[in-house]
Amino acid sequence: MAVTAETGPAKAGQGKAVPVPTPDTQPFWDGCAAGELRIQRCLDCDQPYFYPRPVCPACGSANVEWFTASGAATLYSYVINHRPAPGFDDDAPYAIAVVQLTEGPRMMTNLTGVPNTPEDLVLDMPLRVTFERRGDVTLPIFAPAGEPREGDSP
Amino acid sequence: MSGVIIAGAAETDRVGKLPGHSALQLHTEAALNTLADVGLTTKDIDGIATVSSPGPVQVAHSLGIVPRWMDGTGVGGTSFLLHVRHAAAAIQAGHASTVLITHGESGRSRVGGSRFATSPSSVQGQFEAPYGVFGATTAFTIPALRHMKNYGLTHEQLAYVAVAQRRWAAKNPRAMYRDPITVDDVLASRMVAYPFHLLECCLVTDGGGALIVTSADRAGDFPKPAVHVLGTGESAETPLISQMEDFTESLAFRRAGQAAFAEAGIAVRDVGHLMIYDAFAHVPIYGLEALGFVRKGEAGAFIADGNTEPGGSLPLNTNGGGLSYTHTGMYGMFAIQEAVRQVRGEAAAQVAGPEVSVVLGNGGMFATSGVLVLARRPR
Repeated sequence: MAVTAETGPAKAGQGKAVPVPTPDTQPFWDGCAAGELRIQRCLDCDQPYFYPRPVCPACGSANVEWFTASGAATLYSYVINHRPAPGFDDDAPYAIAVVQLTEGPRMMTNLTGVPNTPEDLVLDMPLRVTFERRGDVTLPIFAPAGEPREGDSP
Repeated sequence: MSGVIIAGAAETDRVGKLPGHSALQLHTEAALNTLADVGLTTKDIDGIATVSSPGPVQVAHSLGIVPRWMDGTGVGGTSFLLHVRHAAAAIQAGHASTVLITHGESGRSRVGGSRFATSPSSVQGQFEAPYGVFGATTAFTIPALRHMKNYGLTHEQLAYVAVAQRRWAAKNPRAMYRDPITVDDVLASRMVAYPFHLLECCLVTDGGGALIVTSADRAGDFPKPAVHVLGTGESAETPLISQMEDFTESLAFRRAGQAAFAEAGIAVRDVGHLMIYDAFAHVPIYGLEALGFVRKGEAGAFIADGNTEPGGSLPLNTNGGGLSYTHTGMYGMFAIQEAVRQVRGEAAAQVAGPEVSVVLGNGGMFATSGVLVLARRPR
């Protein structure tokens, strides 16, 4: 299983890196494919958290559940990368951002529906999740709140 | 206090572009230079520590050392500071008497090293790499804009970190870049990952260094002055930059520093020389604030006011740092080397007799930290 994962689609050509889900992260990726941002929370201390893992980072409990986050977020910080990763040549310069979900957890992402410039990317601006298909998976990315939804364009 | 000393310390003959050296050669050359520095042979070494590739077994075998203690802790560029800490505990426990710690990395020429690749099923491969993360320049740098917004760090102050360190590098013949630069030069250099320009990013070089750590009981037995290890600390925060608790501070830096200062029984006013791992220009700013040399949000102005450059009150990164001296990928060994040289009184840009030097190491991208408090005398 692991060997198959290591030789997965991310190694093919010079395309963008494609994540390979693992059993503990599969519900997250299933959620993205369904157009939902599913993250976890602790049933003992109520702490929501991301990235997916089987133990609550706040209290150590394994009594955790998946839930669908609102998809609302704010821009916490970013860089605008001028030396593109493989597959990103047409996007450069592009922002690599960290957003803070309304529920509290933060995640890395890209920003769409807005020019990726220092002038247009203002920290704390409101964002909303959208989804982008890549290979066999669907990635959550974020757009300014109020912009038209892009959907899973081909 | 830890009861141990750094008895020997040396780097490879040269640092910089060394396409004629494999990574393993850099380890062995640094080890032999360090044995010569301390007047010992490989047969005197009974403990070995280095990061996982090529690893302590390979390095020991290449040198004909038979270890009865080994440490392969590999948590990024700060690992060598942790090796010193772990060696101190091992020596106190009687598990080893004389520990060799080596670093060698063909970071620029990539000769004989392991290939770096992020597995697409790793946590990083799933939750960071798909967004175009491509090396440290694209991730280690992300927290800086939040520091700017919350505390008013300016682009000019960030640029000045590189200017201040170049002034030290100008005094160091081994530094890769020695020509003076200005804030305007830094801001005019190529944009790498906004807000970071090329001159705010570290070098990529080849080189190595090694240390020999032993009991403080032997402090008078070696040719060079002993460097006493007064206190050590280590900590970790997160393997993912996106999961730092607060993008304006490094908890790993703060916790490791608190542990080291407490063990040493020192305060910031006791520190006469400081090394802070500088993979990028913001890291010394985070380091100064985490260790308590300035209050939160003040480090940018503190550096821009000249306090850390030649003639300033707190000499910082006096070899020129990763920004101007050398940066093989795991820079921590070179930060320790410069602190040892300063405490011994043999640095290229020697500052006036520092009794205490502190080294703050970073591993990964604010992922881990080690701190050493080094001194001319035991306490």
